[in-house]
Amino acid sequence: MLKFVVHRLFATLPVLGIVAVLVFLLLRLTPGDPAAMLAGDAANAMQIEHIRRSLGLDQSLLVQFGRWLQHVLQGDLGESFYFKMQVTQLIAQRLEPTLSLASLSLCLAVSIAVPLGVFAAWRRDSGFDRVLMGASVLGFSVPVFVLAYVLIWIFSLQLDWLPVQGYESVRNGFWPWLRHLILPALTLSVVYIALIARITRAAVIEALGEDYIRTARAKGISEARVLIRHALANAGIPVLTVIGISLALLLSGVVVTESVYAIPGLGRLMVDAVLARDFPTIQGVVLFFSGLYVLLNLVIDLSYVFVDPRIRY
Amino acid sequence: MRPITNSSPIIQHSAWQRAGQHFSVRLGASVLLILLLLALLAPWLGTVDPTLFDPASRDQRPGQTGTITTLEGETLRHYFLMGADSLGRDMYSRVIYGTRISLSVGFLSALLALMAGVSLGLIAGYLRWVDGLCMRMMDGLMAIPGILIAIAFVAVWRPSLSTLIIAIAIPEIPRVTRLVRSLVLSLREAPYIEAAISLGTPTLKILFRHVLPNTLAPLLVQGTYLCASGMLIESVLSFLGVGLPSDIPTWGNIMAEARVQFNAYPYTIFFPGAFLALTVLAVNLLGDGLRDTLDPKLAKRL
Amino acid sequence: MSLAHADLAPALLELRGLTIGLPQQSDRPDAVSSLNLTVQRGEIVCLVGESGSGKSSIALAIMGLLPAGLTLRDGQILLEGQDLVPLHTTALRALRAQRMAMIFQEPMSALNPVMRCGAQLDEVLREHTLLDPAARTTKMHAILHEVGFTDTSQIIAAYPHQLSGGQRQRIMIAMALVLEPALLIADEPTTALDVTTQAQILQLIASLQQRRGMGVLFITHDFGIVAEIAHRVLVLHAGQCVESGTRTAVLQQPQQAYTQQLIRAVPTLIARASNVDPNAAVVLRVQGLSKTYDAPGWFSRRKATQALHQISLEIRRGQTLGIVGESGSGKSTLARCVARLIEPTQGNIFLGGDDIAHRSAASLRPLRRRVQIVFQDPYRSLNPRMTVGEALIEGPLNYGVSRSQALQNAARLLALVQLDPAVMSRYPHQFSGGQRQRLCIARALALAPDLLIADEAVSALDVSVQAQVLALLEDIRTKLHLAMLFITHDLRVAAQLCHHVAVMSHGEIVEHGSATEIFSHPQHPYTQTLLAAAPGRHFAFAQ
Repeated sequence: MLKFVVHRLFATLPVLGIVAVLVFLLLRLTPGDPAAMLAGDAANAMQIEHIRRSLGLDQSLLVQFGRWLQHVLQGDLGESFYFKMQVTQLIAQRLEPTLSLASLSLCLAVSIAVPLGVFAAWRRDSGFDRVLMGASVLGFSVPVFVLAYVLIWIFSLQLDWLPVQGYESVRNGFWPWLRHLILPALTLSVVYIALIARITRAAVIEALGEDYIRTARAKGISEARVLIRHALANAGIPVLTVIGISLALLLSGVVVTESVYAIPGLGRLMVDAVLARDFPTIQGVVLFFSGLYVLLNLVIDLSYVFVDPRIRY
Repeated sequence: MRPITNSSPIIQHSAWQRAGQHFSVRLGASVLLILLLLALLAPWLGTVDPTLFDPASRDQRPGQTGTITTLEGETLRHYFLMGADSLGRDMYSRVIYGTRISLSVGFLSALLALMAGVSLGLIAGYLRWVDGLCMRMMDGLMAIPGILIAIAFVAVWRPSLSTLIIAIAIPEIPRVTRLVRSLVLSLREAPYIEAAISLGTPTLKILFRHVLPNTLAPLLVQGTYLCASGMLIESVLSFLGVGLPSDIPTWGNIMAEARVQFNAYPYTIFFPGAFLALTVLAVNLLGDGLRDTLDPKLAKRL
Repeated sequence: MSLAHADLAPALLELRGLTIGLPQQSDRPDAVSSLNLTVQRGEIVCLVGESGSGKSSIALAIMGLLPAGLTLRDGQILLEGQDLVPLHTTALRALRAQRMAMIFQEPMSALNPVMRCGAQLDEVLREHTLLDPAARTTKMHAILHEVGFTDTSQIIAAYPHQLSGGQRQRIMIAMALVLEPALLIADEPTTALDVTTQAQILQLIASLQQRRGMGVLFITHDFGIVAEIAHRVLVLHAGQCVESGTRTAVLQQPQQAYTQQLIRAVPTLIARASNVDPNAAVVLRVQGLSKTYDAPGWFSRRKATQALHQISLEIRRGQTLGIVGESGSGKSTLARCVARLIEPTQGNIFLGGDDIAHRSAASLRPLRRRVQIVFQDPYRSLNPRMTVGEALIEGPLNYGVSRSQALQNAARLLALVQLDPAVMSRYPHQFSGGQRQRLCIARALALAPDLLIADEAVSALDVSVQAQVLALLEDIRTKLHLAMLFITHDLRVAAQLCHHVAVMSHGEIVEHGSATEIFSHPQHPYTQTLLAAAPGRHFAFAQ
């Protein structure tokens, strides 16, 4: 098991390397001149040249990449052009809201979606199943921000139950934190509820068609036990996999949700950095998200062992 | 024993025929057809030029009549079915013209991602030595959250219709590549492919005559989902302010501009939002129906 | 077996006018129609039929486990005199495992893969008894011991995937019998197993049945098994009882034409005497062939496995060499090496004068014409998106034959495999399994090969269809003077068709000789075990 973890960690290195190259290239192969952009419209050629030199933008691409990578490996993501501070620090500052939002959304999604999916599978083709499946297609189809505004309109503007926007750190108390996060988390989780419920339903239906379910029924086991102990237990792998996929999507969803609800997290940072063409910050955030994604997928991979004894590491 | 075995030589309806009769395929396709007609016939549907504005008509409520100024400076009476935005532009016209962008971005980005993914997937699935490198590249690309790639790409290359389509397609390529590769790998093992090898059929011919036709159905299904997600991402990009500029109306940028005044005029977000949701819903319904009828194996998995 | 008390007490199981409806648009209205059947205590009743005869639906109907789509239309199911049809699910559930139990065909998939075997067995006891954990454990050890396990603690802790097919089937039997039910329903319990394992399981079922005086309803398609264990037999065809009676009556003096036809189709274990030309040209000569599957990747811990070790054999024109072995013996790897679908690690494969063992894809292509292969699975052997005509002319077109000539040739081949040449514009899904296998044979013959490889080509077919395809292969071999490499796990089929037989085990040929020698005087212990395990070998079927 430990050997596998080490092996998998090493196997992710090339992936991270490719991510680094892609991130670096994506931003360096731009048609515009970052130095000119940074200097602003009023700058003259001298000033632009100065900025270019001070940022090392005058050197060859390979040298720039080498230097950048060296710094990244030392944990130095460079200094933000726009915020005028270390990108690492910037990310650390913005981490809490994003992690709060993402984890709350995921918990919400899993705890709602899995029971719904199992029940729909058990009562396949019933009214409940049809309504749930119809709702799930709708859930996929409504853009996150439209949903966000609908929810704000209902719960904040009309009913005045919850704050419209903003974020309270958990250090200022659990309730204010939760009050500010309920709407964003609900918004963000809708699409994952749809996705996870669907996959759970499909996986449980597939498991219910397996021979071992017939065996369990032939043994005279109660239907609830057949459903949970035999069907759901075997549906674990696809459900875990889709949770892994959701995590990746969730990191994307965070960008929009934070933007709508004015939550000062990493997603918001990304958008601000893009609008300001702040390259080090963009690179830093993308790299951080990718690293997080790779790490989370590793955790998901490892957790397969607990779900399926046939998988041995 | 299963009640119906495929051994029964009853003549089955072809999958495509069944797809044509499927309820959600028909519903989705009909809605999309109507939207396509809206997009094509936009100038003749009582719209005005969506970039025209008139300060006198700012923030008109839906259903009110006001004025609109043409480029020639002429002032016309106009019925604002969906109201007007904060510059006094006709919402109805903007929303109807916005259909064009959504449909073309969705369709073209899906097409681009499919073409790139199919080529890469076929190569990776059939040439062992390319496989490792190609799939590692794809793993790398997949590790970056798609929307971040799209945002960064559009931001640095300046938004235009083509950069937008490329930006949306790029993060989808790995998924298509993986799908095609896995299809190719599983088909390679199929006895009929081995039979074709024994019959002396050259590799390329096997690829095009035996492998590719059998990947069509799953690809078509995948394509509809790509189309739906392409539309959503386009709107997100516009909404975040990195999409097309507002002189080309898209549902996303209409909503982006409406954000500021949301408290007072929520309908400026809800109208384009409803259209977007309806369009994506239609595409998803079409995709679900096609999946159920054309790709029963995938249907079981999802 | 005692039938005396049957008059006093109600029969253990009695089906009266059982009718099971199929969904609409099926090829017939009922899966089973008006079936009467009795199983007494202490007897084994075999229900025999080909696929689609409705035999499994009967078993599932008795257990109350009919899948959606199948409906119980009419009739009574009396278990010890109590009608199960009107029973509520809870009442029915209580009877399962307690009074009636069932074991299934696929031991690989019939056990829950994520639960330990002990837990799955324990579940039965927890559901139906009030025993405390210690008592349940004792009972578990006892029953596992009874079904032939010695290391019972290890089995209790094991997951199904850690066990062999035979072991899993024993677990299934243990689960079914732990509460000592009066009736055991066995639905093709040995079909998925190797012949030696099959013999052990059959023996286990028979001995448990005797020891406990159970009634057994045994479902099978194999008359060899019927001959081995049945007391009484009921022959089913298209959902109807064709014939029933005692084992000897049905197997030796079948009254109905259908039964006679089925029993005639059962191949015998006696190699048919054949005179082959010992000086015919050698078509295929394999020398010192080995195949090792490497461990893929640098990090993988899978060890390299040797699938073939130093195989040598030859086939002459007009002769059939049978390769017989159990699963995992390497027989299919051999076929795939000879067809050069995979490259052997070592050794030579001479096709006429050319060694094809290590040729590149390009230099192999001109030679591929001379070796053709027919696979086991008729459903996956034809491209679903190509018409029959296209499939049949694909090969000839590759070798420069003109389209019109290839089509003419295809029509001739269809006639040869006894199909209507008019079917050329149809798609594979419009054909039955047997017909598809004929199409595959025609496709292989389209290139006029020197060597035809049949890799378990008749294993997926029903016995009567199997007999027809075997006759067709034999007919083609004589007409075209082909050399044939016939891979099979079924000794009877080999005896029927082959001139020479090579017995394979663990990647090696353990015995090789003429079919007559091998079947009448097997030398190697493994061959002897194999032959001894063939069900019904001593039984004189009606011929």
